[in-house]
Amino acid sequence: MHELSIAMSIVEMAQEEAERRGDVQVTAVHLKLGALSGVVKEALFSSYEMACEDTPLQGSRLVIEEVPVVVYCPSCRAQRPLNSAQLFCCAACGTPTSEVIHGKELEVFALEIQEWVHNPA
Amino acid sequence: MGSQPRLVEVRKNVLKQNDLVARALREQFRAAGVFVVSLVSGPGSGKTMFLEKTLTLLRQSYRVAALVGDLATENDAIRLARSQAPVKQITTGTLCHLEAAMVRNALDGWNLNDLDFLFIENVGNLVCPSSYDLGENLRLVLVSVTEGEDKPLKYPTIFNSADVAIVSKMDLAQAVEFDWHSAYGNIQAVRPGLQVFKLSAKTGEGIDEYLEFLAARLNEVRATVAL
Repeated sequence: MHELSIAMSIVEMAQEEAERRGDVQVTAVHLKLGALSGVVKEALFSSYEMACEDTPLQGSRLVIEEVPVVVYCPSCRAQRPLNSAQLFCCAACGTPTSEVIHGKELEVFALEIQEWVHNPA
Repeated sequence: MGSQPRLVEVRKNVLKQNDLVARALREQFRAAGVFVVSLVSGPGSGKTMFLEKTLTLLRQSYRVAALVGDLATENDAIRLARSQAPVKQITTGTLCHLEAAMVRNALDGWNLNDLDFLFIENVGNLVCPSSYDLGENLRLVLVSVTEGEDKPLKYPTIFNSADVAIVSKMDLAQAVEFDWHSAYGNIQAVRPGLQVFKLSAKTGEGIDEYLEFLAARLNEVRATVAL
């Protein structure tokens, strides 16, 4: 997967948000990463560092919250965790289901920001 | 006089830009009454030959066109043009998947109202296309009998994002000792309820059933719009 281009989109998005809030410094980007998003966490971490280089986000942290896959079971009529991507079924009763409720996320859900600390002249 | 870092909520999908363009395309397609089908598969699965056959046969009764994505060369577009249907090549350079904006740009100059079916052949890649909505009505995932029965288990994400699976090159099934039940079972395991067609673009086996399915879907969509 092309984690670097994803990382660049994240940095761009974070920068835009920072500018909208009055040119603040972003110290961390909090990302929700679904297990079915197609993006690999480790590759994203290394790509993020590269993507931040020479931008106002240089030095910021990427904080990843992994979102496990949750499916809807029509038999139990409830949301259930998915045990294996190779077998889409309810973890409780085994009914096959392909309805994914959570797990495809690739979302910047928060930013840690602070005023820029300027060194005294 | 430092200030405390504070946490602010953003809640924005990283691929939001693509989703917005895809949504706009979907609305355009709906308004123009064109049924859009995208095809994803690994490289060498027979997508282009399958699409060429589809275009040639459908053209007898419907107005069809195709967009085809590749990193380089116009070879696929040239092959597909043999069907006599309008075809445009999208060369992505190094990008491993098609994005909605590329589809939008490629459609420039075509009148969607003049079409019944638009086919979009994605770059041969079973990984990256899964995240990118192109505004299509239907996403077909294609696997050939020569790729092994466990392909779906290896690429669950793309199968999960698909609406129909096509098992292609059935004319070679015997030669490679293809286990249909195993392959079908694996598809159902990663994507319960996925409709599967098995066919051979070379011999024509199974093609009629698949084309009837497409025609039915087009009628369904047109009926809803007419309501």
